[in-house]
Amino acid sequence: MKHLLGLRELSKEDIIKILNLAKDMKTILKSETKKTPHLQGYSVVTLFYENSTRTRTSFELAAKFMSANTTSISVQTSSVQKGESLLDTIKTLEALKTDVLIVRHSVSGVPHFIAKNCSFSVINAGDGMNEHPTQALLDMFTIRERLRTIEKLKIAIIGDILHSRVARSNIWGLSKFDNQITVFGPQTLIPPYIENFAYVASSLEEAVSGKDVIIDLRIQLERQKRGFITSKQEYYKFYGLNEDIMRYISGSTLIMHPGPVNRGVEISSEVMQLPNSTIEEQVTNGIAVRMAVLYLCTRKEGIYR
Amino acid sequence: MILIKNAQIINSIDDKLEKADILIVDDRIERIGKDIEENPDKMTIIDASGKYVMPSFTDIHCHLREPGFEYKEDIKSGSRAALAGGFTTICCMPNTNPPVDNRAMVAYIKYRAKEVSPIEVLPVGAITKGLLGEELAEIGFMKQEGAIAISDDGKSVMNANIMRNALLYSKDFSIPVISHCEDTNLSEGGQINLGYVSTITGLRGIPREAESTIVARDILLAKETKAHLHITHVSTKESVRLIKMAKEWGVNVTADTCPHYISLTEDEVLGFNTNAKVNPPLRTQEDIEALIEGLKEGVIDCITTDHAPHHKDEKNVEFNLAASGTIGFETAFSVLFTYLVEKNGFDIGKIVELLNHNPRKIIGFYPYFVKEGEKANLVIVDLKKKWEVKEENIVSKSKNSVFLGKLLTSYVETVIYNGKILKKDGVLSC
Ligand SMILES: [Zn+2]
Repeated sequence: MKHLLGLRELSKEDIIKILNLAKDMKTILKSETKKTPHLQGYSVVTLFYENSTRTRTSFELAAKFMSANTTSISVQTSSVQKGESLLDTIKTLEALKTDVLIVRHSVSGVPHFIAKNCSFSVINAGDGMNEHPTQALLDMFTIRERLRTIEKLKIAIIGDILHSRVARSNIWGLSKFDNQITVFGPQTLIPPYIENFAYVASSLEEAVSGKDVIIDLRIQLERQKRGFITSKQEYYKFYGLNEDIMRYISGSTLIMHPGPVNRGVEISSEVMQLPNSTIEEQVTNGIAVRMAVLYLCTRKEGIYR
Repeated sequence: MILIKNAQIINSIDDKLEKADILIVDDRIERIGKDIEENPDKMTIIDASGKYVMPSFTDIHCHLREPGFEYKEDIKSGSRAALAGGFTTICCMPNTNPPVDNRAMVAYIKYRAKEVSPIEVLPVGAITKGLLGEELAEIGFMKQEGAIAISDDGKSVMNANIMRNALLYSKDFSIPVISHCEDTNLSEGGQINLGYVSTITGLRGIPREAESTIVARDILLAKETKAHLHITHVSTKESVRLIKMAKEWGVNVTADTCPHYISLTEDEVLGFNTNAKVNPPLRTQEDIEALIEGLKEGVIDCITTDHAPHHKDEKNVEFNLAASGTIGFETAFSVLFTYLVEKNGFDIGKIVELLNHNPRKIIGFYPYFVKEGEKANLVIVDLKKKWEVKEENIVSKSKNSVFLGKLLTSYVETVIYNGKILKKDGVLSC
């Protein structure tokens, strides 16, 4: 596997391969030394055009646990500010002997653009509204670990579907495993034709009732200014996961969230603290999944032949 | 003297001549008849057996980028590209730097064209000063200097009152107002059509109403003012519907669409192909069908290329930063033949009307005909030739064609303008 750009293009077999490997990686994380030599001698660069301490740290730790040399380029101090084009940056990264680039960008398709123009491996750490493949993989890993399967489940994705790369990657990934996917959110945040890929529920109650998994999405409060949502309070009342939903879900329903959480907007503290909430566990699993992805991207005998 | 032998002549749907020879003396068609005597010492003889001869084409919407953006294209390179595609009259849009919003700039374009262009270049003046949509430009002076239409193309005139006044004012000078219909509040931040592909790729979508609401607005304004409104690069089925209603209503409205809107869908964007980033965006199969129906019924009057050259560095970037537009001169005829004639059963004569008669009428010009006594402005096309659009064969300075890699049928082999052979057997001679 040279690049990981998204789950839409990735086959079911490739996803299983990553999830299986992540399981092994998780045992390394549980060990005391947390060190493997898999990426010894490899140069792993994180290039984040959007702030995300969580994702960046998760990738960096994953690379470090596997003995890679890691560098992070923060965009504020890079030449981007001086008018250097992304193409120039790619050429510089090549000259700096980068083996793997982990990129986060606010524009959909940027990792694809880089992959088309470079010789190193590219891992998409979130591009615009397109995909966030490792987040979806860690969600799938968490589901599989908890429920022992990722097939034939009833899964609801709640919130800002339109702008969410997490939602898209999860839909593309989970759809490959015969899961029933339901989405719900304000009509302004439901993208056209999503009904081709998921059932669009007409109420929160309908969306969450009888589900095995609920994936709650982060809402960007700036959306209020652009007319997508009205207020935090109203969002919480009609689209938030609050105590009212307890009546419609069972004790085994997983409650997931990619974080960071807006408490009292998308989800209440009480719901977050339910035993079936996996929010913290997802963070740990994220490292294991990213270790697996880094490993496969640096193997010549990888998934893509 | 030029003698074209054994040509199938097509002037329009109803005007087709069985094979004949065409004798050109100086800049005119002297005779059309069977077996005109050959005199190889005195004349250039072109054998057009199996080929078709038709009037050369007119494009009332293109971008030549001079002055200000000569690295993308200039009047000379753009004219040669137009010529290669069979166009001998082209109307260039005013969004240059500085923009063509005054009589000196109109005069400049005409002067430069006379100097460097082998074909006829007609400037389109701006509707508003600086294309800012705020104050009307000196439309009268620009018309006097040779502007054939006014347009703020690239932008919509968002202020309805300014647009209304532009329509009213244009009537005194009998000049059409070419409207780029786009509600920029609706399209803001959008990169591609809002729909299936925007959902799949996460690229920001431009809703179809960004176009159609302004089409509706401008139709209402044209109805009241009775001015000539020309709606350019129509891309949605709703716009076609509105224009049809307006025509039935008696509004003085004409419209065009471009080869890419009647052939390609938003799917071209998949894989983040920036050459498929155009404004308005490529839409859906349903829109293509509505546009084709609109052309068939005469709701859409003509075809323009919206030839929009950009430098490679402006396309090989992040999708949101990529410039919008595709070049179009060199593929226009072949795309129309492939998609309208071959795939949709159009009469070849209809293509001549869409590329010659109708656009010329819209700007108040007399159409070309391949007839005795007329100016010798014609093209010879091979309707059987299949070719693949490749960068290395593009004449335009820019190579940003949305048709790269596409296989097309038919090819403009020879172009004669005012009695001069400017392209022969695929090779430009100017
Ligand atoms: Zn335009």
